[in-house]
Amino acid sequence: MICLTVNGEPRRFEAPLTAAQLIASLQLGGKRVALERNGEIVPRGRFDQQQLADGDRLEIVVAVGGG
Amino acid sequence: MDQLLIAGKAYSSRLLVGTGKYKSFEQTRAAVEASGANIVTVAIRRTNIGQNPNEPSLLDALPPSRFTILPNTAGCYSAQDAVRTLRLARELLDGHSLVKLEVLGDPQTLYPNVVETLSAAETLVKEGFQVMVYTSDDPIIAKQLEQIGCVAVMPLASLIGSGMGILNPWNLEIIIGAAKVPVLVDAGVGTASDAAIAMELGCDGVLMNTAIAAANDPVLMASAMRKAVEAGREAYLAGRMPKKLYSASPSSPTGGVIGPAKDKAA
Repeated sequence: MICLTVNGEPRRFEAPLTAAQLIASLQLGGKRVALERNGEIVPRGRFDQQQLADGDRLEIVVAVGGG
Repeated sequence: MDQLLIAGKAYSSRLLVGTGKYKSFEQTRAAVEASGANIVTVAIRRTNIGQNPNEPSLLDALPPSRFTILPNTAGCYSAQDAVRTLRLARELLDGHSLVKLEVLGDPQTLYPNVVETLSAAETLVKEGFQVMVYTSDDPIIAKQLEQIGCVAVMPLASLIGSGMGILNPWNLEIIIGAAKVPVLVDAGVGTASDAAIAMELGCDGVLMNTAIAAANDPVLMASAMRKAVEAGREAYLAGRMPKKLYSASPSSPTGGVIGPAKDKAA
């Protein structure tokens, strides 16, 4: 069991997972999103390799309307 | 052709528009089209986890292949948050480095915090971002932001979302006169004449959102703003006549007027 903070909310997962698996589990696969892990950018091309660890703080963002 | 040059790239439109506060993406798209803008701003926000995964996204309505997407740091109150937001934006937009920096200082007035803005600008320029920076209409700060390496300086006309128009044209003139990078008025424009005045002052462009989005008919206002920016630019290039209290030089010929007053004595 690992616990991640995703966009400010705690989430539990049964087993360790990669960034790509997290994105897929949140139904964001194929979407244009950007990911930050513990304050560092995770490039989209590295989602598959990036292993997430217990206690990681993740930010997943999109573009929205703004001025 | 008269084009807006930012960081070495030419844009045919001098009107930049925001994409917030619209009723729908359809209305956003229609207003952007009517504005003729090449550059459109977007905000960067956390995804709404658990929402309908098939919900359309803003970048479907405004594809980066057609528009230059200018990610902003709206809502950031520290240099650190602004820098993080734009690093995420660069990743989101495939390495795109043209960004709009704004760091606010007060949630009620949305007045910019120029100390944090200067600090964020330094970091971002070092990291290779091309920074268009929102700031107050202080000529000293505007010059410092230029010296840091910002590619455009964007002083407010009045406070964000206020629609109060240009409150200090004299400061804008000083900023424009001293600047070696494009100066764009960002924030405070309320209606078409405000945009025209900004351009007549010599601004290189105008960035607005609420003036269009909060109009009763945003698409029609977008069209009005397009014309106002073009008209103001042409008036600036044409060079206006000098102002004087009165003129002894009427527009029509002084001779040849009919009537006895003009008759010669027999």
